[in-house]
Amino acid sequence: MDKPVNQGAWLLVLPVLLIVAFSAIVPLMTVVNYSVQDTFGNNQFFWNGIGWYQELLDPSTDLGGRFFDALWRNLLFSFLILAIEVPLGIAVALSMPREGWRVAATLVILALPLLIPWNVVGTIWQIFAREDIGLLGWVVNHLGIPYNYTADPLSAWVTIVVMDVWHWTSLVALLCYAGLRSIPDAFYQAARIDGASRWAIFRNIQLPKMHRVLLIAVLLRFMDSFMIYTEPFVVTGGGPGNSTTFVSIDLVKLALGQFDLGKAAALSIVYNLVILAVCWVFYTVMTRMDSGRN
Amino acid sequence: MARIDLQNLGHSYTPNPKGPDDYALKPMTHVWEQGGAYALLGPSGCGKTTLLNIISGLLTPSEGRVLFDGKDVTTLPTEARNIAQVFQFPVVYDTMTVYENLAFPLRNRGLRGAAVDARVKEIAGLLDLTPDLNRRGRGLTADAKQKISLGRGLVRPDVAAILFDEPLTVIDPHLKWELRSKLKALHRALDLTMIYVTHDQTEALTFADKVVVMHDGRVVQIGRPDELFARPAHVFVGHFIGSPGMNVLPAEVAGRAARVGGHVIPLGRGYPPLNGGEKIEIGVRPEFATLAPAGAGGVPVRVKRVDDLGRVRIAKVELSGLPMAATVPEALNVVGEDASLMFDPAMVHVYVNGSLVEGEAA
Repeated sequence: MDKPVNQGAWLLVLPVLLIVAFSAIVPLMTVVNYSVQDTFGNNQFFWNGIGWYQELLDPSTDLGGRFFDALWRNLLFSFLILAIEVPLGIAVALSMPREGWRVAATLVILALPLLIPWNVVGTIWQIFAREDIGLLGWVVNHLGIPYNYTADPLSAWVTIVVMDVWHWTSLVALLCYAGLRSIPDAFYQAARIDGASRWAIFRNIQLPKMHRVLLIAVLLRFMDSFMIYTEPFVVTGGGPGNSTTFVSIDLVKLALGQFDLGKAAALSIVYNLVILAVCWVFYTVMTRMDSGRN
Repeated sequence: MARIDLQNLGHSYTPNPKGPDDYALKPMTHVWEQGGAYALLGPSGCGKTTLLNIISGLLTPSEGRVLFDGKDVTTLPTEARNIAQVFQFPVVYDTMTVYENLAFPLRNRGLRGAAVDARVKEIAGLLDLTPDLNRRGRGLTADAKQKISLGRGLVRPDVAAILFDEPLTVIDPHLKWELRSKLKALHRALDLTMIYVTHDQTEALTFADKVVVMHDGRVVQIGRPDELFARPAHVFVGHFIGSPGMNVLPAEVAGRAARVGGHVIPLGRGYPPLNGGEKIEIGVRPEFATLAPAGAGGVPVRVKRVDDLGRVRIAKVELSGLPMAATVPEALNVVGEDASLMFDPAMVHVYVNGSLVEGEAA
């Protein structure tokens, strides 16, 4: 049966199209435009074709080498963040109270780190972790563990990872908690009747019910950690050496430090595509797992 | 398989109950025989589920004891009692197959291999789940899921009792009948004590050997369905069971007669003069109050309306201004408002403050 098609409906989509065009597509096209040109002072532009992309994707060049180093750092960082924050967030959600005034108290405390602006988090940790006057740095050093994030790459990494865990585990925990709260009491009662162990309850009731929120949590935490900029910029400035220079930090150095707008534009586009690709893989794998259960 | 004793069992959700109003379950003593099929019947909020959860151990009673075969299990957790419970809404472990779902309670208790397999297949066969055994729990219909929940309750061979908490609420009406008769058949086949909570009288009366009627945290009557119908122990039972419910009329009772608004209704038993300070009522089911033409010798009434219920016709009448329901015999043609009402004296019961008073037989 043919349904009449109302072409007038397109008008309803028009405002969104316009807003998206001006806020996303047009700026993106500007970046694409930059990425195929070489820029000099006085607004002089020269056509460079796909030259920047070739250089960027070839690790043997200076630009490519920088890019791949930073990219591996990013991937390692995101991997560590997910490997720590997801299990920790689940554990926190599982141990949260289920009723009474403690629920509100816990929620407020968990939400606090999420409300602090990124650069403030960076500043807090920059001071907190200093080995001379910072509470954390001073204590760790006096326990006999050498720790100095301005001189030692490992210390710098530990600082940034711990800082991110402190900042964002709450998000995973809150999402998981929402998933847990949607499980009716009857499931727990039935599990007790069935004699299920604590692990069996987690494996067969809680984890499947958290599956969807976990997908969202993993995607959000991956995207956010992969795009991380402000906190390491404030705490370590990308150092010591280049040890905490992530792609975003490198990008800013390239664009605002060296005014290599062409290279920077090409880098942002590749960076963007990498994030999109990884998110797509995550999403497909996790929804595939979901439907594979049927 | 066990006999269940409730001794002075009571429960209050408030820490220091003062009056009877603070109790969700008022202290009671009852014995539930091994192998019986009991239905716990009552309106929402009458304490049915509280009682059920106490028996299964999901709730620890604030007073009294629960005994299984004479053994005190009051403070034992659910896992340590041999009890199975099926809930109102289906609980299915989504990630497991139907087979694994049914095997779950057995495997959790350390059973393995052939013992599990035989039992799971037997129960799946009884519940018509055999074709679905290898499917995942997710995506099944609500009644298939509820069958799995029932199956997990039935699969354990050693249970003292199986408790059902309104298990057929989410099931389609035509499947309700089927599942209920299936449960009944399982009860006969497996010789288990079954306790079935419901607020649906049809469900209770068709399922149970004994119906336990609860009202306001109290058990008001335990009896066979016919006893509940013929001799309600409390006006509440009269109202709640039967459709329409029992007629309850304020009356004065002396000897073998009750007086309602100046009319005399004969009683099947003799009563001592009852204290006028208490609330005295007579109760008679519409089935035992039959309409007759005016002047036929019964109590004169005014007919307000006649409802044809298919099998019977029920007349709404007024006896001295008090509304009642009565049966209209097939042969009778009701013309006009005036009629008379004939009572079956043996089926007219006397209630003092709501509770049945036994008269002296003739």
